[in-house]
Amino acid sequence: MIGEGVQSSNQRRHTFVADRVEVGFFTDPSVCIGCKACEVACKEWNDVPDDGYTWTGNSYDNTGHLGASTWRHVMFVEQDRPKGNQIVGASSLGDSLGNYDDDPFRWIFLSDVCKHCENAGCLEACPTGSIVRTEVGSVLVQNDVCNGCGYCVVSCPFGVVDRRPKPLPDHGGAFKCTFCYDRQKSGLTPACAKVCPTESIVFGRLDDLRARGRERVETLRASGYGDAQLYDPQETSVGGIHAFFLLLGEAEAYGLPPKPQVPTIYLKSSWTAALVAALGALVAVGLAFALF
Amino acid sequence: MPNEAPNFEERLDTLRKEAKHGDVVHGRGVDVAGGPIPRYPGYYGEAVVRPPVWTWEIPVYFFVGGAAGTAPLIALAALLVRQIELARGALWIAAAGAILSPVLLIMDLGRPAMFLNMLRVFKHRSPMSVGAWILSLFSSFAVPAWIVLEMYLHNAFAPSIGPLVLIFCGLLCAGAALFGLGLATYTGVLLGATAIPAWFLHRTLLPIHFGTAGLGCAAAILELLGFQIRPLFMIGMLAAIIETILWIWLEIDKHDAADRALHHGGSGWLIRGGEILTGPLPIIFRLTNLIPLAAISFLLGAFLSRFGWIAAGRVSGKDPEAVFASQK
Repeated sequence: MIGEGVQSSNQRRHTFVADRVEVGFFTDPSVCIGCKACEVACKEWNDVPDDGYTWTGNSYDNTGHLGASTWRHVMFVEQDRPKGNQIVGASSLGDSLGNYDDDPFRWIFLSDVCKHCENAGCLEACPTGSIVRTEVGSVLVQNDVCNGCGYCVVSCPFGVVDRRPKPLPDHGGAFKCTFCYDRQKSGLTPACAKVCPTESIVFGRLDDLRARGRERVETLRASGYGDAQLYDPQETSVGGIHAFFLLLGEAEAYGLPPKPQVPTIYLKSSWTAALVAALGALVAVGLAFALF
Repeated sequence: MPNEAPNFEERLDTLRKEAKHGDVVHGRGVDVAGGPIPRYPGYYGEAVVRPPVWTWEIPVYFFVGGAAGTAPLIALAALLVRQIELARGALWIAAAGAILSPVLLIMDLGRPAMFLNMLRVFKHRSPMSVGAWILSLFSSFAVPAWIVLEMYLHNAFAPSIGPLVLIFCGLLCAGAALFGLGLATYTGVLLGATAIPAWFLHRTLLPIHFGTAGLGCAAAILELLGFQIRPLFMIGMLAAIIETILWIWLEIDKHDAADRALHHGGSGWLIRGGEILTGPLPIIFRLTNLIPLAAISFLLGAFLSRFGWIAAGRVSGKDPEAVFASQK
């Protein structure tokens, strides 16, 4: 918590890897100030290459989306809705005739990251065994094993992992957030959580964070944020995410799928169809040569 | 002028309301498409899932693997009915595909030099892993089968063991046919078990389509090589009929925004073109006894369709509305 100083779970040393404790990120946009320190810290610590500078024209977001060279991404969501009980934007001024029409506005920042799914599509899809589950429950791409087949890219229900294009360093391999596994092994906390000035990103034990998330939703709802909710799809086949979010409003506005599914649930019906097709071909060729 | 000021302020208020409710402000000298407050689905219209990074090698591989994978089945049947030359032609297709397919797959890798990492594990829940093993096993049967038959036809074996050699070749063919059927159909599962809406919504159609197109292609190539015989004619006819049914299925089983990439735009036309060229057109050509035309039409259609499905995946993966609609 803010005010805990070095005792905050974002700052203090830990032994989660050795103790095999499940850890997570809780990212809370209601206190995010959009400073992008997490993006910068992530890029610097992990030596993620510069992938070019593009003006998107989308609010103050010139990052766009998560990708092979963007592992934290601060979203700038503009909505014509009030933020809690705040009076914001043009409605606080009224128009020239002194009319206060219904013209609410809110600006929300949310730091997006790999969700480290309970049932991870990328991990299931990886044919080389490059993608593994770590001791702390995070999903890790081992760069030295990945041969760049690209199947994890289309298997992630959140569009997180991507193949790094030429001519960037280490191009051809798949990359995404490592949950700072290297730092965690040394008892350090992930770079993004460590630098977050408002503790909008909280790192810690997953069960602690989930309790904290539920408590935060209740607090916000009680103080006028009627549309505060947790984004942690435990009821779908993804089975919950280790980096979960508090959202104001619906998931779609944050580019998050409302009901993400791990693609392995499609295997049974698809392989059954493949079997039917194969048997059909066998019978067809057999009959064609036997009868004609 | 001071007395005009209130009117002007009213005008500004009107502009503001227009901008808010109509999204587009109309006025002299203003011609900004979609401006000034463009509203996009999701987060500024950004993709929710990632489109495939695969390039042209993958659809070509689907085509080659489909034809090569089903060819050993025809070779096996030909051996059983003692049509050695037909078996030879089919095994040439199988062997050529068995050599070309890994090359195409390796070319598409981000790190081609590390392709052997595909075989360091077997993961039955990953169609990419299963496929890599199927292709390896297919090649290990198809290429020896082709070599053994060629050696037999060049009299490399003593005449006394000739029948034994043919039986051995038949066993290799059976292995190649088994893994070949996997090769021709797993590619449909590969696309079907992903997060791309246009693909996973048609996960049962895809393996049937790819398998049927593969078998039809193998028969079509053999017909173009000169084997214009009744069994191949019937296989070609059946493949065209099934492709027609699959086209109708795809047209009926529409999911509105979720799979619109299959029906609209360039990717939609590629798929539709592919279905016409593999379905109704070859049926007409076969009924009018224009067999070479039927074969060419089917091959072209199967080729286009593979590109169409990859293109549709690219469009669908970039379309946030498709993802949201598929999860309604």
